Amino acid sequence: MKKFISFLLILVLAFFLMTSLNSSLDFFNPPNSLDETRMSNAFIHKNASGGSDPVEFGKSTGLEDGSANIVTSVVVDYRSFDTLGEITVLFISALGVGLLLGAGTGAKQRSGFILKTAAKLISPLMMVTGIFIFTHGHLTPGGGFPGGSMMATAFLLNYFGSGSISTDLKSLKWMESLAGVFYIVIGLIGLFVAGSFLQNYLPTGTVGHLFSAGIIPIIYVLVGLKVGSEVSGIIADFSKSEVTS
Amino acid sequence: MIQFAGIALILIGIYGLMTTKHMIKLIIALNVLELGANIFIISVGFVKNGLAPILTADVPSDLLNFVDPLPQAMVLTAIVIGFGATALGLAVARKVYGKYQTYDLSVIGGEE
Repeated sequence: MKKFISFLLILVLAFFLMTSLNSSLDFFNPPNSLDETRMSNAFIHKNASGGSDPVEFGKSTGLEDGSANIVTSVVVDYRSFDTLGEITVLFISALGVGLLLGAGTGAKQRSGFILKTAAKLISPLMMVTGIFIFTHGHLTPGGGFPGGSMMATAFLLNYFGSGSISTDLKSLKWMESLAGVFYIVIGLIGLFVAGSFLQNYLPTGTVGHLFSAGIIPIIYVLVGLKVGSEVSGIIADFSKSEVTS
Repeated sequence: MIQFAGIALILIGIYGLMTTKHMIKLIIALNVLELGANIFIISVGFVKNGLAPILTADVPSDLLNFVDPLPQAMVLTAIVIGFGATALGLAVARKVYGKYQTYDLSVIGGEE
């Protein structure tokens, strides 16, 4: 009975969503190109005051924001304060997990020979790939969050292979805290040098070069280290509530 | 067209949240709901023959065919926050299981 009433409610909700969205969004006909009046047009042309000069890969220099990956330039430059808040949310959730599950010691798990050997072989490669992804966040798809998650996955694989956490957790906490502090310090330097918090005050270089885009690569490396150590800390906290199988 | 998939996932997630009493299934329903919302937000920025908004050597210089990068940046934020919420929810579920030996909320009951 309850499921039937829920199903009816869902049908009513679906009807209202369809009828209200159908007028405002064109479901079957996406536009041919991005609307000139959208804010994103300014992000793509790297000119927040609204110009539409062409930006060419490998040629344009001295732009407002020199990142080739436009999503990165939105996340870490134009909306960097948002990312700071996002990292704070992740920190608070890691803190909550630590408070709830951090008390136990955790039993050692058994793992098979294949997993044990493969984990030793693969986890360093995963670690290096994660570092590659977050240092190239301004050029290729990816960035601090996927790279950090990949590093934490290598940590998880290592835990599965060896059956217990062998890393020094205190150093993870230090890395996490220092990365967060440096993010805020970079923002504060922007406040004093250029006049607003987290402003891109370093020279932005040529679009598409590894050393370009000002503070974006620095911040993304910090975000990658912070996310990697934070998610590894969450995994370590969960492993403490493990019981013998 | 992909908007329908997003809306369908949102509705499935809400249905799951309304009907189940199992804590892990509740968290899974919340994840399905979040996934639907993310797909819907990304699909808002789609254009015909759209390219990923990354400048490479063979992108035409008029830059008209990029999809909207702003919804993608928003969804990146939403994914990370969804991850944090899921981790915290699973930790709470584990703690409740340690006390009551069950994940079923109707067995646990409320405060007297």
